[in-house]
Order: sequence, then C-alpha cells, then structure tokens
Amino acid sequence: MTPGEPLIRWDWIGSHIGEIAFRVGEHLELTVIAIVVGLVIAGGLTFVGLRVPRLYPPISWFSGTLYTIPSLALFSVLVPYTGLTLLTAEIGLVSYTLLILIRNIAAGIHSVPVEVRDAARGMGYTPRQILVRIELPLALGVIFAGIRVATITTIGLVTVTALIGQGGLGYFILLGIQLFFSTPLIIGALGSVALAVVADGALVLIQRTLTPWTRVR
Amino acid sequence: MSLLGDVARWFADPEHWQGPHGIPVRILEHLELSGLAVAVALVIAAPIALYLGHTGRGGFIAINVANIGRALPSLALLALGLVVAISLGLGLGFWPTMFALVPLAIPPIMTNVYVAVREVDRDIVDAARGMGFSDGEILRKIEIPLGLPLMLAGIRTAAVNVVATATLGALVAGGALGRFIVDGLALREFDQLVAGAILVALLAIVTELTFAGLERASRTPGMVAIR
Repeated sequence: MTPGEPLIRWDWIGSHIGEIAFRVGEHLELTVIAIVVGLVIAGGLTFVGLRVPRLYPPISWFSGTLYTIPSLALFSVLVPYTGLTLLTAEIGLVSYTLLILIRNIAAGIHSVPVEVRDAARGMGYTPRQILVRIELPLALGVIFAGIRVATITTIGLVTVTALIGQGGLGYFILLGIQLFFSTPLIIGALGSVALAVVADGALVLIQRTLTPWTRVR
Repeated sequence: MSLLGDVARWFADPEHWQGPHGIPVRILEHLELSGLAVAVALVIAAPIALYLGHTGRGGFIAINVANIGRALPSLALLALGLVVAISLGLGLGFWPTMFALVPLAIPPIMTNVYVAVREVDRDIVDAARGMGFSDGEILRKIEIPLGLPLMLAGIRTAAVNVVATATLGALVAGGALGRFIVDGLALREFDQLVAGAILVALLAIVTELTFAGLERASRTPGMVAIR
C-alpha cells in the first residue's frame, strides 16, 4: 500500500498459489464442521421445542442472545479456556448458526399443512414416521433457506477466527494488515466473498436435487 | 482457574477507568464510531429505499443489495476499507473502520425500509390519494409512520452488527472497545481480553434492547387497529 506499489502483485499470487489452496480448504473445513454440528444441535433443540412448546421460548431466547454477542467477544471469552484452537473457533461458529437454523427448521415444520399431517395419521403413520416421511421432506425447502443463510454467514465469520490462529482465507487478511501489503488483503477479502457465492450456488443445486417436486415445470 | 477473579480485579482497578485509554473513553469512541456509521448508512440508504418502495420500482435491487451484503464478511470489509483509506491518504484507525462499517449497515436498512413501505396496505394509500394527498404527503403521513416499526427493525440489525464489528477497528490501530480485546490477545493478558469481550457483548445487547424498545414504542395503538 506504499505509493508506487501496485494494488495487486500477480507474482505474489503465483508464488503462493499452494498456500492459497490450502487456506481455501481450511476455510471450507471450518465452515462444513460448523454447519453440520450446528444442524445437529439446532435440529435437536427444535425437536425438543416442538415437543414441549413451553421450552421453545427459552431456546429461542438463548440462541438469539448468542447471536447478538459480537463474534470477536465470544471467541475472546473462550480463549482462556480452550486456547487458540479449532475447538474455540467451532464453538463460536456453531453458536452463530443456531438462531438461523432453529428458526428455519421450526418455520419449515410449522409450514406443513394440518390436512397433510391428518391424512398421514389417518393412513396409520406413527408420529416418528410423520416426522421423517412427511414433515421433514416438506420442510426441506425452508430448512435449506436457513442452511444457505447460515453457510454464507459462517464463511464470513471464519475470517474472524484468523485472530485466534485459525481463519482460512482470513489468514491473508490479517497478514495483509500486519505487513501493510494489499495483495493478500484483497485475496483474503475477495476470496471469502467468492467462496460464499460458490457455496450458495452449490447449496441451491443440492436443494434442487433433494426436492425435485419444488422444480417449476 | 481464577480468571473470573482476575477479570473482576481488572474492572475494579481505578486506573482502567481513567484517562484516554480508560473504559469510559473507549465506550464513547465505540458509540461515536458506531453511531456515525449507522447515521451515514441511513442517509445513503433510506432515501433510495423510500423512493423505490414508494414507486414500487426496483424491488429486485433492494432485495439483492441485502443478499450481497450478507456475503460480505466484516473482516473482508475492514481489509477493503484499509486499502481504500490508505489509497486516499486518510491514514489508519478511524477512516478504514468507517469504510468497513457503512457498507455493513446499508443492506439491512435498505431492505427493511423498502419492504416497510411496500408492506403498507395499498388500500390505505389509495384512500389517501383519493383524498387528494400528494406523493410527498403519502410518504410522510402514511407510508413512513406505518412502516416505522419495520424500518426500525432494519436499523436495529444494522446497529447491532456495526457495534459488533466496530471492535475489529482496533486491528487497524483504531480505538474503541476492540482495543482491549486486540491488545489482550496480543499480550496474552486474559483479564483484559475477557473484560473487553464482556464490555463489547454488553454494549451489543444494550443496543439490541434499546432498538427493540424503540420499535415497540413506534407501534401506535392506531396502527394495531388498522392492521
């Protein structure tokens, strides 16, 4: 960023291509773990909340409060206990997926028409069969909308975990700030945006494959 | 681990409450930075969104701005803000952080203001027009008051996001509460780190609650009757 220095030095990118690929992999790994673990926890909590409606408000409040806490603050509070580790990063990342996922899973299941549920019951479906064969497939569209938002948000948040020694492409942003060197800054910033766009596109494709009946003919 | 004790002692130390690096000054810096960023975003986004919402044009733009905004990670925005600020010769600290915060605050404001205006019952707007209201009057007397709660919800999202992200400003030599966190991480001073985190978290929650209160206050009894 010193005067006379070009904004992007292509030779730096060329000589660091291996490292960039490695960081992209790390970025995806951090994101996928967070989404999968987030889905399991959110699914469990929503299930409890739907079965025992009294518990839904506290679950919703809890995930909402977690979501309000700034990411850097949450990571910082965890560092003294879990160190500069993958675990610290994932606890934070998973926490932020919960609100979005819980809301969407609950909304998805609520969106199933009562008549459909009644018909299934009339055909002799057990409550578990109704959940697995009727409610979840029909809720999939809304749940996927939540997964998409959670994924995009998480890909952005992963960059912040560079501050606690993880970070994927966020590593380059931090490097750029420390060295006052714009090339890695731009690689890190645009790279994570590009990753979010690609991941969103991939999720749309997966959703279309999983819910063929929603395709407009 | 006596970390909580250390944090309590850190808060109890009068030295941390005084001078240009004290907690009150850092909180003020944080509020100043966040408030200004939200205000600038409001000045930029609200007129465009009001126009688009009132005329019913460009919904595609207003909604897509929000989706793009969600894909812009805060740290990436800070990186780009730093590049812009240095290129313009504005230096470190305040300006790179502002350049990161304003684009962060625009999308939720833009979308919510647009949707708020669109969601106003068209029958009410038609009735107003039939009574001879001008476009400006419809906007001022009908669409803005009725859409206010939803608009405030967007400003709330923006404000909470901005308060959270203003923390990162410390990475580019800014002040505000992020100073405690970034310094605490760098120096491995966990008491300072956790204390900073608690302060930022509290400020974010207070911001959220304040705007939630404003939102509730903006729902007048008359509106409930109309809807």
